[in-house]
Amino acid sequence: MSAAVELTAITKRFGDVVAVDAIDLVIEDGEFFALLGPSGCGKTTTLRMIAGLDFPTEGSLKIFGDEVGTLPPNKRPVNTVFQNYALFPHMNVLDNVAFGLKMSSVGKAEARAAAREMITTVQLAGLEARRPTQMSGGQQQRVALARALVNRPKVLLLDEPLGALDLKLRQEMQGELKRLQEELGISFVFVTHDQEEALTMSDRIAVMNEGRLLQVATPEEIYEKPVNRFVANFIGQTNLLEGTVENHDTVCLANGARVAAPSEHATGTAVAVSLRPERAHIRDRGDIPPGETSVDGIVERITYLGNARVYDIRLDWMTMEVREENRPGMQVCEPGTDVSISWDPSAISVVTD
Amino acid sequence: MSKQTSAVEPHGWTKFFLHTNGWLVYFFFYAPILLLVVFSFSDSRNVGTWGGWTLEWYAEFAESRNARSALSTSLQIALVSTVVSVVLGTMSALALERFEFRGKQVFDALLYLPIIIPDVTMAVMLLLFFSQFFELLGTVFGIELAKGVGSITLSHIAFSISFVSVVVRARLAGMDSKMEEAALDLYATRWQAFRYVTMPQILPGIAGGGLLAMTLSLDDVVITQFVTGPGGTTLPVYVFGLIRKGVTPLINAISVVMLVASMLLVVLSLLLERSRSGSGTA
Repeated sequence: MSAAVELTAITKRFGDVVAVDAIDLVIEDGEFFALLGPSGCGKTTTLRMIAGLDFPTEGSLKIFGDEVGTLPPNKRPVNTVFQNYALFPHMNVLDNVAFGLKMSSVGKAEARAAAREMITTVQLAGLEARRPTQMSGGQQQRVALARALVNRPKVLLLDEPLGALDLKLRQEMQGELKRLQEELGISFVFVTHDQEEALTMSDRIAVMNEGRLLQVATPEEIYEKPVNRFVANFIGQTNLLEGTVENHDTVCLANGARVAAPSEHATGTAVAVSLRPERAHIRDRGDIPPGETSVDGIVERITYLGNARVYDIRLDWMTMEVREENRPGMQVCEPGTDVSISWDPSAISVVTD
Repeated sequence: MSKQTSAVEPHGWTKFFLHTNGWLVYFFFYAPILLLVVFSFSDSRNVGTWGGWTLEWYAEFAESRNARSALSTSLQIALVSTVVSVVLGTMSALALERFEFRGKQVFDALLYLPIIIPDVTMAVMLLLFFSQFFELLGTVFGIELAKGVGSITLSHIAFSISFVSVVVRARLAGMDSKMEEAALDLYATRWQAFRYVTMPQILPGIAGGGLLAMTLSLDDVVITQFVTGPGGTTLPVYVFGLIRKGVTPLINAISVVMLVASMLLVVLSLLLERSRSGSGTA
């Protein structure tokens, strides 16, 4: 595979504010790639630099090997699906979709034919004469997709593409985007603050915070082996048990308890043991399966989620969340019960700041 | 008493006063206009007395060389000043709404000045400017220029730009600037993005600003009188001059013609606006 987009030491400053801080990033051709982070983390600025809507202050930006650093957007082989779509309200769907082709001096008839074909691909056939304002959010989203894809970009950029849709429609469009990406075989780079969306759709995820790139990996690796406290906390739910490294196999928790936690940090390093709520289990006090690690606590609160229950367990020094799937006939603890929480040593990861 | 259909709908005395107020407002608006129109057909040299129906005053307006030349001067000035101020006003609106530059706030504040300062002040300023400027041209470059149609047109442009800019800016502010980025992303050049995406959407604002500029130019007496010179008699200035010689219903006739013309402009602008929004929902 070749690199579709290659960022080397890219920095973007707005006055004194450093929006993107010297990031290195390679996005492969044909990849579904997510830029994930909280608002203001620099993910949208990074996308805009790839699109050419913002120019980097420093660093090199290549698209398929060509340096495009300060090339205007109309000279780049990429197209963007904008947040809130930015469809042209004074044009109908067909003219919206054909716009890019007309601007790149494709003949009018040819542009329209290609536009019609792409409108069919995004399942809007028959709505060519509609105005964007007469369409639902989901339909507008499809128009925005068609308008970008009809130009056969080498990379498609999407800025929070599903942010404006309600949950059901969002899930439907997630599948649709994935299908389109596989069909076209080009890389999709999308910006999102929704970690679930990033996990379900992407081949790889880049987690950003405060202008820095924290981790670039597959969804599984990001979830299972977060590199630091921020990533562990931002992706999914987790319990962070504070402690210090005792040796390569053991971490001494804040209450003095020793838990098996393999890590490569030096002895004495302040770390946190990250334990996902669904990886821990509630046991009767002291009834620990062999080989598992445990702590003791008291059930404080139970939240019913339909398919699962979340238990808030009060330990001596913190409160932990444990998630148990609901199964028929399972025993439910009442608040106030003394319990133990146990987990398999392989279920945890050790993170630092 | 009528049936009350909702809690917020006025009723009883409130309703009576509101209705009366409405009719009074319309009366004060339109009674003078009606009188003007009626008396423009009055067959009497005295403006205030009714002397039966006649079209004499319209005929006199049509036959008077002075009146006709004043009308044509007015139209020329209005046309040129409208076109120029629409272009410059739209450009300044784009600059202020879309770009960041040094001194933007100062420029912004200065642009509104012609709207705020009184006509007389503006007129004196412009008179002084043209006198000094023409003198400078004469002594330094030997170019002899006199005040007239040219200086009036420049003055009208000077105050119209602000009005056009304000109207166009309001329209621009309501438009998502992401659309221009989308156009650039879709291989449009900056000019194409303006031509095919920005302009169609702010066109009602540009048209509205243009009509406003034209009305202001056709209306202006104060500034025009200060900066006018030989050959620079516009229709309002001409009417003003007539009053000094003695008021005849000719003034009424000319006023009616101006009234009808400006109403046509307003109707035209409304139709323009409606056809735009109409095609938007078709």
